[in-house]
Amino acid sequence: MTAFRLTDSTLRDGSHALAHQFTEDQVRAVVKGLDEAGVPVIEVSHGDGLGGSSFNYGFSHTDEKRLLRAAVDEARHARIAILMLPGIGIKEDLVEAHEIGAQVARIATHCTEADISEQHIRLAKDLGMETVGFLMMAHMVTPEKLLEQGRLMESYGADAVYVVDSAGAMTIDDARARVAALKTGLECQVGLHAHNNLSLAVANSMAALEEGADQLDGCTTGLGAGAGNCPTEILVAAFDRSGVDTGIDPLRVMAVAEEVVRPLKPTQGVIDRDGLILGYSGVYGSFLLHAKRAAERFGVDSADILLELGRRKVVGGQEDMIIDVAIELEKQAAEAMAREP
Amino acid sequence: MSRIPCVIVGSGNIGTDLMFKLSRSPILDLVAVVGIDPGSEGLRMAREAGLEATHEGPGWVIDNADEVDIVFEATTARVHRENAPRYAEAGLRAVDLTPAKLGPNVVPPVNLVDHLDAPNVNMITCGGQATVPIVAAVRSVAEVPYAEIVSTVASKSAGPGTRQNIDEFTKTTARALEEVGGAGLGKAIMVLNPAEPPIIMRNTVFCALGEGYDEATVSKAIHDMVDQVQEYVPGYRLKSDPVFDPGPFNTPGGPTPTRVIALLEVEGAADYFPPYAGNLDIMTAAATRVGEAIAQRLLEERR
Repeated sequence: MTAFRLTDSTLRDGSHALAHQFTEDQVRAVVKGLDEAGVPVIEVSHGDGLGGSSFNYGFSHTDEKRLLRAAVDEARHARIAILMLPGIGIKEDLVEAHEIGAQVARIATHCTEADISEQHIRLAKDLGMETVGFLMMAHMVTPEKLLEQGRLMESYGADAVYVVDSAGAMTIDDARARVAALKTGLECQVGLHAHNNLSLAVANSMAALEEGADQLDGCTTGLGAGAGNCPTEILVAAFDRSGVDTGIDPLRVMAVAEEVVRPLKPTQGVIDRDGLILGYSGVYGSFLLHAKRAAERFGVDSADILLELGRRKVVGGQEDMIIDVAIELEKQAAEAMAREP
Repeated sequence: MSRIPCVIVGSGNIGTDLMFKLSRSPILDLVAVVGIDPGSEGLRMAREAGLEATHEGPGWVIDNADEVDIVFEATTARVHRENAPRYAEAGLRAVDLTPAKLGPNVVPPVNLVDHLDAPNVNMITCGGQATVPIVAAVRSVAEVPYAEIVSTVASKSAGPGTRQNIDEFTKTTARALEEVGGAGLGKAIMVLNPAEPPIIMRNTVFCALGEGYDEATVSKAIHDMVDQVQEYVPGYRLKSDPVFDPGPFNTPGGPTPTRVIALLEVEGAADYFPPYAGNLDIMTAAATRVGEAIAQRLLEERR
């Protein structure tokens, strides 16, 4: 019996880092490698979940349903998961993913909006899928409030509820307190999805396990939104050295990371200023590349954009506000120039 | 000037806000607010405003059909599906603010003139009312193979109906972008933001542009359309000039060289809803506009 169950999201959250340009061959190679290394669940979707391919979040290079089909075809032991955000994806997407062979449905909402997931969680359960409620940007609310929202998802039928640190903003104490609150108040399983903006993803995941977490997430090389996710191979290695059974072969997963995923984005793992600012000011990780692009387009500083987004308390999905902020900063800069003597 | 008598069925938040707007109309004569709960806040406010306020439900409307021409339905899709045939039989015109989708989708500055004689018209969604005009404006001067909108509303302004069926919003709005806006394909995204103080409703409209458009013409079409919507939603405004972004973009409507982005804010008139709830306000304001146009038509016919 392993100490927890790992879901690798390289092919979903990692999609952000590649601006959603995954190809079918890449998906097959990653699934094959992770499957052979013993990773039990592999998530495949557009970075913003089913239906995420859009102007606002970036168009997929290859239709996610095709990628999903390839993943299902390639997996021997691993179960394939999908993510969907109500408001972006629709129930028909979920039905289609299930028909293709996805067995785990992760339904994500902002940490205060769990009630918009009721229909989707119930549908996934009716389809016979294992269903996970995914409470994003969980650093923004207290553990008590998070538990109240987790209870809603549990009441709709979720088999597990996740604490999702979408901004990589949680300290070790933050992660512990939220996982502990959910473990105490829920009967279903509890998970943590960590990001590495403060370089705490592995530490937070290990702390979560100590608090009783049943499930943890990673991405090989940390490939993912913002500064990246909890790196699967490092998490597995660190647990192995701590004598914790992950059920995953550390050297094999390291090989997948190095040989299959690392070449896709060699700089993954570097936490630059923008990545750090996301975590420091609690901004949704997926905004990173969009902010860098908007900074270039409007001639403003990407760090300023991210700081302003933090002040405005934008939530996941509001990528359009990046353009809004960039235009405003451009205007302000022009006005300041005009005032110069 | 003579006025056309109308009633509101549904004494919840939407019905109550609508009551304030219809009461100001120079051409509509709001004769009653019809609910089902005698203790409801909406009926109490209607009574206070000196209106007939009844909890006898749609039966009251049918019994008094001779005194009424237009019914504004602010209940639920299920209730409206039950009521609509009875209204039609009684010769009443229905302006439907629910998602029942029985009649044609109407967006005042885009296609209202086409549906002035329809027995039942539907107000789509708040996001549809806020964004379809922009898509239609761009479409009037350029090819729009694909249009996409993001509506972000304050959590506090999203009622249980929206929350329990958020797919209804995304699907209905996407279809309206195509059928009323004229886009080849449409996609709608809805985001709820819980920030305090609550955020004003925001809408971002992305239109893929086919070859051969003129930037100044597209921009002017958008500005002109905003002016038209402002006539009935004064707090509807562009946050900046439309932005033209070079692609190429591999949209579901095919690859396109450019996109135009319109960033919109909708501040409500604060009749009953707080000003941030522009999403609710634009529905009642648009419904009022539709009702007034139908009333105008009825008056002309009777002249």
